[in-house]
Amino acid sequence: MSLLVFSGTFDKVLAASTLAVGGAAMDMQVEIFLTNWALIAFRKDAYKTELRVSKDFEEYGPVLREQLLAGKLPSWLDNLKGAKDIGNVKIYACSMTMGLFNLKLEDLEPIVDDMMGIATFVEHAKEGSVTLFI
Amino acid sequence: MPEIAHVVVDKVIDARGSYCPKPLLELIRGLKSFPVGGVLELRCSDPGTETDIPTWVRHAGHDFLGAYLADGYTRYLVRKTHR
Repeated sequence: MSLLVFSGTFDKVLAASTLAVGGAAMDMQVEIFLTNWALIAFRKDAYKTELRVSKDFEEYGPVLREQLLAGKLPSWLDNLKGAKDIGNVKIYACSMTMGLFNLKLEDLEPIVDDMMGIATFVEHAKEGSVTLFI
Repeated sequence: MPEIAHVVVDKVIDARGSYCPKPLLELIRGLKSFPVGGVLELRCSDPGTETDIPTWVRHAGHDFLGAYLADGYTRYLVRKTHR
């Protein structure tokens, strides 16, 4: 399962993390490629403060944030840690975006394994049966 | 009380109030540190678990002993069959 995560809003990152848990549970090899706004969300400790939701449903933002902070919604970071715990999950940062935002690997959450270019991601994705853009 | 309610349970994981995919994660993690042959009971309130739990247990090759409704939640019984 290959997930190309472009969005950095927590609703979409949460969806990606849930898919990663499902893939890991069902013994799929999961590869997550973080690009553009996803890397804003994956900066160290940003999960605590980056609580934006998708623009097209922003009126639901306050309710979702409230549920997240009350622990009713799973945290995407906990999901990804769990997915890595139970299965084969790798998380890569797009090297182009890293340069664009002037980010280094150590600026990101430690669950990010490494940086990668798009050709490598596509090379891996074409071996899999599920590829999603989120 | 259904017959399955009389199965002797060795460990209970309470995932009530947790939403998908947390109950499944808790089950998989719970089974890791659990002896082969033991019976684990998972308590869930998320309706998604009704298909998720048996699907995963069969995929993983453990014994799904069954499920029954309790007071507003479901109890799933799983026997660990291998490492």
